[in-house]
Amino acid sequence: MKRWLPLAAFAVLLGFLFAGLWLDPREVPSPLIGRPAPAFTLPVLERPGLTFSPADARGKAWLLNVWAPWCRTCRREHAFLMELAAAGVAIYGLNWQDQAREARRLLAEIGSPYALTVDDQDGRAGIDWGVTGVPETFLVDADGLVRAKHSGPLNARVYARMFAPLLEGKGP
Amino acid sequence: MRRWSRPIALVAALALPALAVEAPPNADEPALEQRLLALTADLRCVVCQNESLAESRAPLAKDLRDEVRGLMRQGRTDDEVVNYLKARYGDFVLYRPPFKPVTYLLWLGPALFLGIGGLAWFVAIRRRQRAAATSDLPTH
Repeated sequence: MKRWLPLAAFAVLLGFLFAGLWLDPREVPSPLIGRPAPAFTLPVLERPGLTFSPADARGKAWLLNVWAPWCRTCRREHAFLMELAAAGVAIYGLNWQDQAREARRLLAEIGSPYALTVDDQDGRAGIDWGVTGVPETFLVDADGLVRAKHSGPLNARVYARMFAPLLEGKGP
Repeated sequence: MRRWSRPIALVAALALPALAVEAPPNADEPALEQRLLALTADLRCVVCQNESLAESRAPLAKDLRDEVRGLMRQGRTDDEVVNYLKARYGDFVLYRPPFKPVTYLLWLGPALFLGIGGLAWFVAIRRRQRAAATSDLPTH
């Protein structure tokens, strides 16, 4: 019995290390969860001269998808975002620190899943939202509170686990 | 030309708050740069997670350093700057995590394991002494 003790302790340690292999270091809990969506007023990419603030989207739950034209990972979630948009989910895009012209050109080329996209040229809004990279997706509820955040490309599995329960199953 | 230099300077000064984000390093403020370096050395770069905010060359780290520099120029204390970053990126930005329920094991773990090891050691020695005392044979 006594002889097995070190082995058992080693097995427990191994178990922890093994589980650690599947943890995503990018999946950092956001301090914004449960807090009001950080305000910004940014130019709308699709409609020059117009601006958009999170307060304008009050009354209905929506997604804020942070992306950039140069971002290849964002392309991987594009098809799924199109599906979501088709299912009636309101998605607002935030073009993070890249040229508006590039973003406009790309959306015209591959199709836009966004109700509208705002242009965060200096990354200021990104800092207020705690954005560390693209893509990132936030869920803001009808009361304007941030309810979920996902770092990395959005897909059906992540959506079903993190977002759909909060949107009463809305989406594909 | 001279006639316009003052109004232009005035307008530029008025526009300064708009540029609060853009706060590049300034050689005239060695004390501030020193303070910035000391503070950001203890903060994590949120993109390249194993680098400090002071040493990282990631574009976001530069933006955040500029942001911190701007806040310091506004006269914010170190605590206020840290809280500003914590409100956005969470405790994750701190290289010294705070002592709270989720981090109890993290902070107290080493002492806990030392205690367990010490106890095991103590028990083993006691057992050996007792075995030696009750045995008729010499131990060596």
